[in-house]
Amino acid sequence: MLELSGIAVSDGVAIASAYCLIEPDLSFEKSRISDIHAEKVRLKEACIKAKNQLAEIRAIADRKFGAEKAAIFSAHLLLLADPEMLAAIEGKIDDGWNAEFAVQETANEYIQIFEAMDNRYMQERATDIHDVSTRLLAHLLGVEIPDYSSISKDVILVAQDLTPSITAQLDTSYVKGFITDRGGRTSHSAILARIMEIPAIVGTKTATQELVQGAPIIIDSTRGKVIMNATQEVLDEYLEKQQAFIEQRQLLKQYRLCESVSADGHRVEIAGNIGKPQDVELVLANGGDGIGLFRTEFLYMHRHELPLEEEQFLAYKMVLEKMQGKPTVVRTLDIGGDKNLSYLKFVHELNPFLGLRGVRLCLAQQDIFRTQLRALLRASVYGNLKIMFPMIATLDEFREAKAILLEEKQKLRDEGIPVAETIEVGMMVEIPSAAVIADLFAQEADFLSIGTNDLIQYTLAADRMNEQVSYLYQPYHPAILRLVKMVIEAAHQNGKWVGMCGEMAGDEIAIPILLALGLDEFSMSAPSILTTRAQIANLSKVNLSTHLEQLLTLTTAREVEAYVKKYLWQAR
Amino acid sequence: MKKTFKITVLEGLHARPTTLLVTTVNSFESEVSITYEGKTANLKSIMGVMSLAISAGAVIEISAIGSDAKELIEKITEVIISQGIGEEC
Repeated sequence: MLELSGIAVSDGVAIASAYCLIEPDLSFEKSRISDIHAEKVRLKEACIKAKNQLAEIRAIADRKFGAEKAAIFSAHLLLLADPEMLAAIEGKIDDGWNAEFAVQETANEYIQIFEAMDNRYMQERATDIHDVSTRLLAHLLGVEIPDYSSISKDVILVAQDLTPSITAQLDTSYVKGFITDRGGRTSHSAILARIMEIPAIVGTKTATQELVQGAPIIIDSTRGKVIMNATQEVLDEYLEKQQAFIEQRQLLKQYRLCESVSADGHRVEIAGNIGKPQDVELVLANGGDGIGLFRTEFLYMHRHELPLEEEQFLAYKMVLEKMQGKPTVVRTLDIGGDKNLSYLKFVHELNPFLGLRGVRLCLAQQDIFRTQLRALLRASVYGNLKIMFPMIATLDEFREAKAILLEEKQKLRDEGIPVAETIEVGMMVEIPSAAVIADLFAQEADFLSIGTNDLIQYTLAADRMNEQVSYLYQPYHPAILRLVKMVIEAAHQNGKWVGMCGEMAGDEIAIPILLALGLDEFSMSAPSILTTRAQIANLSKVNLSTHLEQLLTLTTAREVEAYVKKYLWQAR
Repeated sequence: MKKTFKITVLEGLHARPTTLLVTTVNSFESEVSITYEGKTANLKSIMGVMSLAISAGAVIEISAIGSDAKELIEKITEVIISQGIGEEC
């Protein structure tokens, strides 16, 4: 039995035999030529053949996947006609090199440029250049590119990378999963796997070397694992897992359009956490009631300079429009701590998690903060925007941040730029001091959102990245439960709503407790939304509440967990 | 002939919008270039345009020289606006 790890890009379990896509042998000699004109004619003829072939593939892709997926081949056709690239290739032929070398060398130059770019999308375009140049090279060498459309039994594809021209030819009904050496979350193979709803593991680095043609393979996307030649015992286990996954997916689909309501009719909101505008699709596909946490750091990361107001505005606007009036809570920049930006000077800190991060940094560097707030305010007219500030420890910070927001709002109004009439302004409760005086905050904030990941690490004084103390990361610690209870009660006494956007909100042990405590909004990663809605639909808030007093007298996290499993899971 | 645009398509000039722009100008005789932050590329070269890595919110200049430069600029303006790629500034 052999196990490999990679990045799981699509959920599920797949069991089938390996089909290794063997790349054709395109090796050639780098050589000097004498007849430059004849060499250019050879290049031209190869280009024409490659174009004809691509046009055919585009037509097939159009029939199988639709115009959007076929569009990539229009881009490939343009690459073959690219005047800059052709000039570079011909320049090398003029220097006396053979066409094969000229093509490969030019392709490599461009691949290097794209791979060096600071933008993941552009990095992955190197695959397109590789795909096109390989085709051109094959025609120059008279080597046939294998016909992938001949697969006629269930397989798991194993490849260095799945290029669009390969995937377009596959009969996808036989493909049960993908495993690739290269690629990331946004590579073609990843996107295709999600469209096809089949499991896929990318970036394994060595799959094509270690997996054997025809060998039985298991893909376990929940663990990001590939298993070859599993024992009967392991295989049986996975057959069961696969069955359970399929049943679960069917069952959950029933909850997609349901309201989020407990068995005794108590309504809550189950929302999604997102890190990029595109993630909205996943929240909507899982029937989310809103966005409970839109992290905005993505706009600032993997780049050389601060994002322009306009770029931010477009990103916020797109999310708000796609949410069609559903509540969308945007968290202002939470940089610092473990997340630094190469283009901003960060003073080295001994304890970055206790240092200049979140709203602290925004208040210290107000130009960054004001640009973001302006972009948000301008976008506010396109949906149901709510804004919250991270890392609030004192009322002064909240008041100052809110005052800056109101100043920017007034400035925009004075400039004649429309801003929504009412925008709720709230805060994250993730620092114990904020939880303890939540009653004071609730008088001034429109809502509170409990960020449990940080609240737990700050309350137990345990770095959650440090494995030596990771046992102290205890969501069910009585101190955490009491803090959560305090925050919820304080907000409700002031007529405000409370959300939770840490991992705890989608945790099956925590959910019954949070429901009993009266949490209004549960925000989590999109794939957890339906399981949470299904769980809440089977719980009765009234019945759960009768257990609260007892639950809050338990002395350890372990006791809480045991109590929930024993009494609260059946509190229908 | 020159014209300035602001890119509004959220993903920036990725493969899809770039393909549209390059295909549009390919049918014209004129030479045409695109300039962003001081760097210029041939707008008939998909590779050249994409290597500029133009993101949403960017202001770009398209410049055409040749017999049909005027028609080219008119057509590219129409494509940019009707396909939601950008707006005139």
